[in-house]
Amino acid sequence: MTDLPAKTDRKLGLVIDLDTCVGCHACVISCKGWNTENYGVPLGDADAYGAAPSGTFLNRVHTYEVTPKDGPAQTVHFPKSCLHCEDAPCVTVCPTGASYKRAEDGIVLVNEDACIGCSLCAWACPYGARELDQVAGVMKKCTLCVDRIYNENLPEEDREPACVRTCPAGARHFGDFADPDSNVSRLSAERGGMDLMPEQGTRPVNKYLPPRPKEQIDVLAPLLEPVAETPSGLLGWLDKALEKL
Amino acid sequence: MHPAPSVILFTALSGLGFGLLAFLGLGLPDVTGWVAFVFFAIAFALSVGGLVASTFHLGNPKNAMKAFSQWRSSWLSREGCFAVAALISMGLFAMGAVFFGQRWSVIGWIGAALSVGTVFTTSMIYTQLKTVPRWNQPLTPALFLSLSLGGGALLAGQVRVALVLLVLAGLVQLATWRVGDRRFAEAGSTLSTATGLGDIGTPRLFEPPHTGTNFLLKEMVYVVGRKHAARLRVLSMIFMVGLPVVILATDPGHLTAAIAVLSHLVGVLAARWLFFAQAEHVVGLYYDKR
Repeated sequence: MTDLPAKTDRKLGLVIDLDTCVGCHACVISCKGWNTENYGVPLGDADAYGAAPSGTFLNRVHTYEVTPKDGPAQTVHFPKSCLHCEDAPCVTVCPTGASYKRAEDGIVLVNEDACIGCSLCAWACPYGARELDQVAGVMKKCTLCVDRIYNENLPEEDREPACVRTCPAGARHFGDFADPDSNVSRLSAERGGMDLMPEQGTRPVNKYLPPRPKEQIDVLAPLLEPVAETPSGLLGWLDKALEKL
Repeated sequence: MHPAPSVILFTALSGLGFGLLAFLGLGLPDVTGWVAFVFFAIAFALSVGGLVASTFHLGNPKNAMKAFSQWRSSWLSREGCFAVAALISMGLFAMGAVFFGQRWSVIGWIGAALSVGTVFTTSMIYTQLKTVPRWNQPLTPALFLSLSLGGGALLAGQVRVALVLLVLAGLVQLATWRVGDRRFAEAGSTLSTATGLGDIGTPRLFEPPHTGTNFLLKEMVYVVGRKHAARLRVLSMIFMVGLPVVILATDPGHLTAAIAVLSHLVGVLAARWLFFAQAEHVVGLYYDKR
């Protein structure tokens, strides 16, 4: 049934740090690489080496410029993938039951064997997290690398989503939001983790950490203050000698 | 939203077809034998033809049977169930009228109710989407229902009823456009809420995530042809309501009635194209396009 579970035991999801993301798109590529070889049909490409290439991706990085009222503009890189919403509208619209949210960990998945490719779930998603594969004709979306995180054939450090594992800036974090002491819950609480489009009422599990205020970034500045006002040694002699001239 | 011909044909044709079935089920007109055969043939051709057209929108139609399973949560599934139930009951009713000269009125009433239910469930597929504020309002089902019943009455030769219902449908269409034009702003989604960056300042797209196009842009950020929207609205209103109402008011014969039906169909197709082409999905905000 495409009814949503009343409650999920765990709430697995991501924290994405907009302060740290450098916009390198490594998460986009590692996601495409892992998910084209594993869960479900490959992520199709059309005209990959031609004039108008297009393809299916489960994660995409936008870049925005934000201009404060007073002060210079700043660039924010913005990775976007499925937010594994608690009130996922993509699940309830599905006519076949292919789209579902798992009661045990809250991951939203598509059973491709039941999908008719009607695209209604993609219409229902405000975030553009679902793409109909143009080659296979079935709906593709982030699986939170369900085939990595529980995979005991992988070394333990690899049992996290490919995008998190690959991020060179440490801007992506994976964990359980149902546990208030988990890494992601604490990060989100400390840094004011945000919901995207809260007015849509989807209650996303994934949280975005806003860029730190510019003044807060200068925590190192006091450590760089000069330790002595009056120079000594060679500089002291030079100072005195030059003043005498 | 992408105005896919399959979906425009589906909603327009099946709307008319189920509208006609609703009137036939009520015994308006009370026909039997060959005359009934012609009426039911037209009604089934339109409703079934529309449903077949809708399957061209599917990427993987081989699983279509599974779409009847999720009626408890999904409007699309409910629509499938209603459509099949309406077609079966109206098929039985048609059999009685065509082959046995009988009017099995209870089956007819049930069939009529299911036909109206089918149009309502179709409209709810669009109305339920919070992501498309223009559709997410009570006037959307009112528009689908009034157009379906107005067109159905026109096809059923119910001159007085058609006249009233078509004028009503025209008024609902005008109200839908008026309210719909404001809905995106009312819904309150902006690039600021979409990115959460509004607290810092004014965000704008600096660099899109991909240089080419993708499924999202093709399917949900369709911006082609909107510049003709105002003219198309006038034209669709003239063909959908204006001309048919004038013809109906002048006591039509068979030929002029056929012209009224064709004019109505052309108008509905144009209005339905606008229904999709003018609908803006909130995902367009991320791309700084609507």
